[in-house]
Amino acid sequence: MSAYKTNNKMVGWIEERLPIFSMLQHSAVEYPTPKNLNYWWNFGSLAGFMLVVMILTGVFLAMNYTPHTTMAFNSVERIMRDVNYGWLLRYLHMNGASMFFVLVYTHMFRGLYYGSYKAPRELLWWVGVVIFLAMMATAFMGYVLPWGQMSFWGATVITNLFSAFPVVGQYIVTWLWGGFSVDNPTLNRFFSLHYLLPFVIFALVFIHLWALHTVKSNNPLGIDVKSPQDTIPFHPYFTIKDLFGIGVFMMVYLAFVFYAPNFFGEPDNYIPANPMVTPPHIVPEWYFLPFYAILRAVPNKLGGVLMMFGAIVVLLFLPWLDTSKVRSGRFRPIFKQAFLLFIIDCVVLGYVGSQPPADTITLIGRIATAYYFFHFLILLPLLGKIEKPKPLPASISAPVLRGGGMAAGATAKPMEKA
Amino acid sequence: MADSASHAQPASTDGQTRRDFLLYATTAVGVVGTGLALWPFVHSMNPAADTLALSTTDVDFSAVQVGQAITVVWRGKPVFIRHRTPEEIAQARKDDSADLRDPQKDADRVKKPEWLVLIGVCTHLGCVPLGQKPSDPKGEFGGWFCPCHGSQYDTSGRIRKGPAPLNLEVPPYAFTSDTTIRIG
Ligand code: HEM
Ligand code: FES
Repeated sequence: MSAYKTNNKMVGWIEERLPIFSMLQHSAVEYPTPKNLNYWWNFGSLAGFMLVVMILTGVFLAMNYTPHTTMAFNSVERIMRDVNYGWLLRYLHMNGASMFFVLVYTHMFRGLYYGSYKAPRELLWWVGVVIFLAMMATAFMGYVLPWGQMSFWGATVITNLFSAFPVVGQYIVTWLWGGFSVDNPTLNRFFSLHYLLPFVIFALVFIHLWALHTVKSNNPLGIDVKSPQDTIPFHPYFTIKDLFGIGVFMMVYLAFVFYAPNFFGEPDNYIPANPMVTPPHIVPEWYFLPFYAILRAVPNKLGGVLMMFGAIVVLLFLPWLDTSKVRSGRFRPIFKQAFLLFIIDCVVLGYVGSQPPADTITLIGRIATAYYFFHFLILLPLLGKIEKPKPLPASISAPVLRGGGMAAGATAKPMEKA
Repeated sequence: MADSASHAQPASTDGQTRRDFLLYATTAVGVVGTGLALWPFVHSMNPAADTLALSTTDVDFSAVQVGQAITVVWRGKPVFIRHRTPEEIAQARKDDSADLRDPQKDADRVKKPEWLVLIGVCTHLGCVPLGQKPSDPKGEFGGWFCPCHGSQYDTSGRIRKGPAPLNLEVPPYAFTSDTTIRIG
């Protein structure tokens, strides 16, 4: 870190007491970033941006929302009809949740493809998985708040998952509910936690970034930074690239908000919750569908619950399961295809999760579930042993500079692409 | 603390064990104390006194004809009361010897055979099974069919097919007269 210098007296005064300017300088301006990052590296900052949008819209929604079973549904309708720009706040928040998951799933698949979970980034990866879990809890509890039919029955089915545990199961569920069914105490605590968890996520994001700035970013080649020539400063190169990404993303996000605000929603959630009648076909939000499919694939209740949690826990073991020394999928011919199959498998699981249970659907769900675990538990450990990776470039600069540091004229063109 | 610790280092092991004891004892008290202090927070999430107080429901089913069913609310949950037909009772008894996942005799699940009283909550993940209304699907076994993941219950409310592990639960209830019961 170069020492922080300033001519501004006030900045200097603050800096001596709280080194915040040097910290910003160090981690948001100078931060040496591999110069070959592609657009898949935009999704982290996009997710961070989305978190801020969720907190902002959420805090303002909470000013008009009432967490009570007799009033919640109507208070959301009032937000939609009477509160100035209430419809905008709610649609930003509602579609924002879906967008947040699109961004984070992309961010995770990026990590899976480029081996970003391998040494020395294991902790960085684990913090990411914890953020993912906290996000799922937050989104699940948020979906309960409008107190429509899907809110209520989603909450019932998901909290009942815990009843699968022997002996203590029923006590856990009663405790989660604060009663004998999903009811007002449940709604109240879900609102409390839905308000709290995003701030926990915010803190976790800082830990995530702390770990990132300690081990530095991975890159599409998956090889280590070898010299300062392999990097460029974060500002202005990546501040502008991330801003550009946010611009493109906003076009997609706002297209949903303004032109198809209920695209991701379920019409049944505009029916007030009725504890006596289950809708004929209940489905979770799209971002939970693959896990829901895994839950339903197993004919045993406890088994299904364990497999579903296992599908996420397995991500934590990735640093050991993937035995290959090569990080980036770009140099792993077989892994590349396995990765494609894995993505297809996740999409199939998502589709199965959205369908009502029937014999063929269940069968497809079972095969896809088996493949999901096969990929992590058998394929990845095996590939590292049998696959012959392609030769790695000597450095990040090598593929563009051909022989490392030739005359500038000869390299000008390919440099532009990087 | 740090000072005295470095002083004590070369001294007799006697002092060390005493210090160790104090350290362990303090840690133990701290851990137990923290645990005790956490309990009120955890327990505050369990059902409150007023929630527990709402725990009985009286039902008068004198108007329910043979073959009909009604749903009442107990503890915020639906309770199914079915006035079973003689055929349904006979079928339920015959199935006592069928291959049951959660074996139970029909006689052990009713107080009077014509009145079947059940908590209308699927033992899989808590949906309300269909089968109360004449137009509802009742599943292959003539009882109830859960729309969520396809569990099927028979005319005694026993699980026969699908992912649910247990029979529909029989709530605690007592006949207060020939046509009234108190649940809870
Ligand atoms: C991680 C960030 C967050 C996620 C993923 C998230 C997700 C959700 C979801 C899926 C809904 C249901 C939307 C609907 O169907 O109507 C919701 C509702 C709600 N959320 Fe959030 N939320 C987040 C942050 C927050 C924060 C920080 C607050 C408050 C400080 C908040 C307050 C609310 C309120 C009041 C509602 C009910 C109104 C409504 O249904 O639109 N949310 N949230
Ligand atoms: S809740 Fe009834 S079958 Fe799953």
